[in-house]
Amino acid sequence: MAKVLVVTSGKGGVGKTTSTAALGAALAQNGESVVVVDFDVGLRNLDLVMGAERRVVFDLINVVQGVAKLQQALIRDKRLENLWLLPASQTRDKDALTDEGIGRIIGELRTRFDWVLCDSPAGIERGAMLAMRYADEAVIVTNPEVSSVRDSDRIIGMLDSKTVKAERGERVTKHVLITRYDPARAARGEMLSIQDILEILATPLLGIIPESQDVLRASNVGSPVTLNNAASAPARAYTDAARRLMGETVDMIVPAERRGLMNRLLGRRAA
Amino acid sequence: MNLLRLFNGRKATAPVARERLQILLAHERGLRGQPDLLATLREEILAVVSRHIQLDPDKVIVRLDRGPTVSTLEVDIEVPNNFEQTKVHADRRLGALVPP
Repeated sequence: MAKVLVVTSGKGGVGKTTSTAALGAALAQNGESVVVVDFDVGLRNLDLVMGAERRVVFDLINVVQGVAKLQQALIRDKRLENLWLLPASQTRDKDALTDEGIGRIIGELRTRFDWVLCDSPAGIERGAMLAMRYADEAVIVTNPEVSSVRDSDRIIGMLDSKTVKAERGERVTKHVLITRYDPARAARGEMLSIQDILEILATPLLGIIPESQDVLRASNVGSPVTLNNAASAPARAYTDAARRLMGETVDMIVPAERRGLMNRLLGRRAA
Repeated sequence: MNLLRLFNGRKATAPVARERLQILLAHERGLRGQPDLLATLREEILAVVSRHIQLDPDKVIVRLDRGPTVSTLEVDIEVPNNFEQTKVHADRRLGALVPP
């Protein structure tokens, strides 16, 4: 039974695209067939983070408008054979995405994949609404910072009212994914703690991704962080989160950076 | 942790963030629950007044002003000049049902 999962946040720059790529790759590494769909029309970036930017021929809008067939637009990952990408369009015509068109494509993707991961644009406009419209589950990416938490709360309200599931009287399964977390700063009372965020949002936790240089390193070279350096702290955190999505019970820990000998001797902070 | 704070002289700001968020979100969630409050009020006021006076639905204006301590609900209904007569006609039509 295929699952449609939207990765959303309201606020921009919190790590939706990074998380979509990392979770998609981690699910694929666990043997699931996965498609990641970029809903950010006009500002697509999932192709770049996945390292597939030069292979984009057709996109989501082409498929919605019937210019291309779905299999023509789908791009297979070079590293994992069961990971696919459906890129967004770079044209500015956002109105080309229709509710019915997206519904049809999501329906078709459901028959072909175990997981359909929808990378939502920031904001609460049309693109974000359509990305969450057909979702069964939602990952709400949140930074430990007031504006991000506020926007996450707003998005949670929309997931509970504007999705097809909500309109049918069912519930979208929601998870909070906390990214850019710094355990040391939280311990010093300089950053909202995990407990603070979960209490405020009243939504279960999917994972805690520590602030890390590895995230930028991975996007620099166009590789999901879970593939680029599987031993890194963020990669381990994303892999644990992906296993939780698959229904496994995994202890909730914040993976720490492994510090090299030189760094340890010099007392440098890893992150 | 508190000792640490004493030494580096910085105040913990996370509790402030938490409190501000809790207050703000409690307010925003309240608004979200009743986004059409004004529309509902307008509709029901229109229905009640229309039972007695013939009204142009566009001439019913309902406004809510939120102030720091007190909020005001302003209801502005424009009625035609001969509205008493309209009502009398209506009473006659209803006949004995309406007491004089």
